Amino acid sequence: MSNGLHLDIPAGVPWIDFTREFDAPVAAVFEAHRDPEKVKLWLGPNGMQMEIAQWDFTTGGGYSYTHTSDYGTFGFRGVFHSIRENEFALQTFEFDGAPDEVALEFMWFEDLGDGRTRLRGRSIGRTVEGRDAMVESGMEHGMAEGYERLEALVAHA
Amino acid sequence: MPDTSTAVDLGFAALADPVRRAIIAHLSRGPATVNEIAEPFEISLQAVSKHIQVLEHAGLVTRTRQAQRRPVHLNPEALEALTAWIDGYRLIHEQQFRRLDALLATADTTRPAAPRTPK
Repeated sequence: MSNGLHLDIPAGVPWIDFTREFDAPVAAVFEAHRDPEKVKLWLGPNGMQMEIAQWDFTTGGGYSYTHTSDYGTFGFRGVFHSIRENEFALQTFEFDGAPDEVALEFMWFEDLGDGRTRLRGRSIGRTVEGRDAMVESGMEHGMAEGYERLEALVAHA
Repeated sequence: MPDTSTAVDLGFAALADPVRRAIIAHLSRGPATVNEIAEPFEISLQAVSKHIQVLEHAGLVTRTRQAQRRPVHLNPEALEALTAWIDGYRLIHEQQFRRLDALLATADTTRPAAPRTPK
């Protein structure tokens, strides 16, 4: 059974689509998004400490949190526009380091039966350039981690 | 110059061998001759030479001629190409969802039975 992440980053449009399946019922996947104590345990890149100032996963609610690592503290905030239990979430997303570059994030929670769930998402940025910059900054981060792994690989040789 | 995917395949295949990783580690401290590289290994000079050829074919090392010496150099750009192949955006999101997997695998992930609005 493969639960790999499927990403679709088409050229020339400001959005990113993803699909990921989980060996857990849709209620559990939804709850892991709703309960801030659970969100803290998984959201964001590896090695980040998450502090949640606000997390109200309801229609009209909002969130703000920081991620802290050796590289610094990064703040994020947004509002939950529409939340439908075990079904759908639509929220805004803004990084303090790029004010007004607000992304719209859609998420669909799909019950696959057999206690499995498919999470489908689309994140729409303001511009194609902004989206590309986001993907590339992830690339830099990934490269840094890639280097660390390569370093470990050759150190153990 | 082989195309990117071939270069990546050759690169990872070359690094799949512990002797060749040790050679890369040695060369990360500076260029060295085949004799110098072979010193710590209990295998023949010829075997070490073969490993260097594999690394050379993968573009991870190059050889230059300096008088009678032919030192082997690391090619940092080729190593960079291998790490760039690891798509960072995907990596971050995959790591995040693996943590969510782990969380979901623990018991008691569902909401405590909340009173429902009667229909």
